[in-house]
Amino acid sequence: MIKLIPRVENSKAMILLSPLLALTLTAVSALIIFIFILDDIKVSSVFFTLFVLPLTDSYLFPELLVKAAPLMIIGLGLSIGFRAGIWNIGAEGQYVIGGIAGGAVGLYFYNVEGFWLLPLMALASIIGGMLYASIAAFLRIRYQVNEILVTLMLTYVAVLFLSAMLQGPLRNPAGFNFPESRIFHDSAMLPIIWEGTRLHIGFILAIILSLVAWFGIKKHMFGMQIKITGSAPRAAKFAGFNDNKTVLYSLLISGGLAGLAGFFEASGPAGQLTPGLPQFYGFTAIIVAFLARLHPIGIVFSSLLIALSYVGGEEVQIEYNLPSSITQIFQGMLLFYFLACDILIKYKVVLNKTKD
Amino acid sequence: MNYQLEVSNITKSYGDLKANDDVSLNIKDSSIHALLGENGAGKSTLVKIIYGSLMPDSGEMKWDGSNYNPKSPFEARENGIAMVFQHFSLFESLTVEENIILGLDGVGLNENFTDEILKYSKQYGLDINPQQVVGDLSVGARQRVEIIRCLLQKPKLLIMDEPTSVLTPQEVSDLFVTLRKLADDGCSILYISHKLEEVREICSEATILRGGKLVQSCVPQEHSQKELAEMMIGKKLTELARSNINTGSDIFSIKNLSCPSDDMFGVDLTDISLTLKQGSIVGIAGVAGNGQDELMELLIGEKATDNDVLYFDGHDIGSLNSHERRQLSMFFIPEERLGHGAVPDMSLDENMLLSRPESDKMTSRDVIDWDIVSTFTQKVISDFDVQTPSGRMLAKSLSGGNLQKFMVGRELIRKPKLLIVSQPTWGVDAGSANNIHQSLIALADQGSAILIISQDLDEILSLCEQIHVLSEGRLSDAVDMKKDGLEKISQLMVGGESS
Repeated sequence: MIKLIPRVENSKAMILLSPLLALTLTAVSALIIFIFILDDIKVSSVFFTLFVLPLTDSYLFPELLVKAAPLMIIGLGLSIGFRAGIWNIGAEGQYVIGGIAGGAVGLYFYNVEGFWLLPLMALASIIGGMLYASIAAFLRIRYQVNEILVTLMLTYVAVLFLSAMLQGPLRNPAGFNFPESRIFHDSAMLPIIWEGTRLHIGFILAIILSLVAWFGIKKHMFGMQIKITGSAPRAAKFAGFNDNKTVLYSLLISGGLAGLAGFFEASGPAGQLTPGLPQFYGFTAIIVAFLARLHPIGIVFSSLLIALSYVGGEEVQIEYNLPSSITQIFQGMLLFYFLACDILIKYKVVLNKTKD
Repeated sequence: MNYQLEVSNITKSYGDLKANDDVSLNIKDSSIHALLGENGAGKSTLVKIIYGSLMPDSGEMKWDGSNYNPKSPFEARENGIAMVFQHFSLFESLTVEENIILGLDGVGLNENFTDEILKYSKQYGLDINPQQVVGDLSVGARQRVEIIRCLLQKPKLLIMDEPTSVLTPQEVSDLFVTLRKLADDGCSILYISHKLEEVREICSEATILRGGKLVQSCVPQEHSQKELAEMMIGKKLTELARSNINTGSDIFSIKNLSCPSDDMFGVDLTDISLTLKQGSIVGIAGVAGNGQDELMELLIGEKATDNDVLYFDGHDIGSLNSHERRQLSMFFIPEERLGHGAVPDMSLDENMLLSRPESDKMTSRDVIDWDIVSTFTQKVISDFDVQTPSGRMLAKSLSGGNLQKFMVGRELIRKPKLLIVSQPTWGVDAGSANNIHQSLIALADQGSAILIISQDLDEILSLCEQIHVLSEGRLSDAVDMKKDGLEKISQLMVGGESS
């Protein structure tokens, strides 16, 4: 019989090994699924396209980084709230509002050149995301309304608001009534950092933000505050932390970062506001945050991993005509195995030699 | 005389550490048997073996004369062994009744269940309301729930781990009536305690462990309290005495504090006034659930009071939070260790930061200097004899006594002008309690004021020169010990409750 026995101390080896084990299990499970669903295609070539090609192909690799950037930024913000037990599930909504706010500023200054425009758009997107998240913060602090429901429902409001904007004030006047904005002019577009690709400066900012977040969590009292609040709320009061402020700040940070990611998407790969702005990054970033065990540096890697599943998944769709749900299956399995393998950090598996 | 339980030559090792080394223990039918020992003496291990949650490496046990090798607590309970743990296993969001039902093996809901709980509650003087939510109960009331839960299983051996730590003298003697009654009805009791006076009062036999080994089995009445304590800790105990009670000017005062509770089951505090002088130790006695938690919350600053109610060192502190109060040199030790005074899943280093006067330089502009933090942790660990490999250990991995020493040390190294402490030695072994009491006295001797809120009357009597009683949210005037004495305190403690 297999038994789980609590370890006296958390296993350091397992902290590193369990993600590798989870990856292996995901790959093996994916293999089994492919063997069942693929009739006349070679499993190995699908595998190659899904997992290896995005890392080696000169077009796909920068695309992977393009996708990783918003996941990383949103994931960082969410991880801060999650540490404190504040469950912002609606980053997607804050992302959309951020995209609208940043985009609207760019469109307002259409054809105005200036180095100040991008920072201004970024600022608008952060404020937009923060304001949108602060609705949930206000309701939670003032009326004890559950932030999970508020943030989630406001996502749908945000998406509808986007389409209202695109059919109204932000619609391209010369766009044949398509619900799309003008294409941003050059000053409102993010600088490309890899010539010939869509990889923009947002990726570098995402890396910098994760270093800042890492410092904040390790060395700043705010990091302690959210950790203590999440782990023992009474101890947080004992330490003199104001729990309302913890709620407010975590939601503002996650909302602001999600808003910034929305702006990066609009002013980066999209180049305009379209109904296609919401890409489920806000929801996928939840997986990103948990895969990384809410650790900021881990989020860099987990966002790359999830981005790989997006890019690889799209590629097998195109090349082998496989269903788009391949990506979701892959992401789901990954999260499942990660969470499952984490139990090995706190427990060890013992094969029981039955005596009688 | 037959033995209900015979435990022979039990050995249990964890790696190199022998938690139990050739320990034997025999509990007679219908007797109350004490198990004495310091933290780490191996009491818990032995009890876990008896209760089936650990398997011994060697040795054997007999239950009712036949071989007994429980593989799980479930098996132990089936044999008729019940246990009241020191750390309660209750669901806070459920009611008393629901908790009791969940703890019983194979019992469903039925309509008479409330009556049955109330029957036991009446019969044994264990005052509880079955419909109340456990999260709102004091520690004392939670323990009563645990005891009733065990009694409902009609056990033949009841193991009680430090049962009286939270009870009043009246409740203790009621409990003793209960226990004697149970013993007369044929239920043996294994009574784990470090309160030697109680052990001498109620137990007919005592087994003393030290460092995993059996020291002696004896009849406790044949030894003095001091002799028992010294057998237990293996060295001479220091007598508690204040070298010089030298009180200065007023440093802290509460003026007509009234505060309705936010909680429907909480206690409203009514018109509490109190003044502390430098160098004085003032005690607030009282039964759990009479407003101690509510008062402590306001004193720590977890909840603000009106202006002109709390004064410390010339400052009106009612609206300051705990962190701001600490900057004025007020420090606090709450009753609950895990989850209130310390975060269980964080290291001792991280737990140092719960209480951080800016003068320590552990943080500057909210940026943490971990080197300084761990220097302080090391100082607490060495000065207060905290048994732990390092400051990186999680708080929950420490025993109750060690964690309490850490929490006391964390506040005392700051040399507070005022220390407010609730239940300083609850669930702490005699040796550690003695250390903690001594360090409190040393602090007061240096001119600091100390306010102790405790349900342990012995503790209050031995430490405090001014004693008040909190009952139903009202604080009595100081009790004149010379004139009125213990009787008056007991009377005040149950004052409002008797009606």
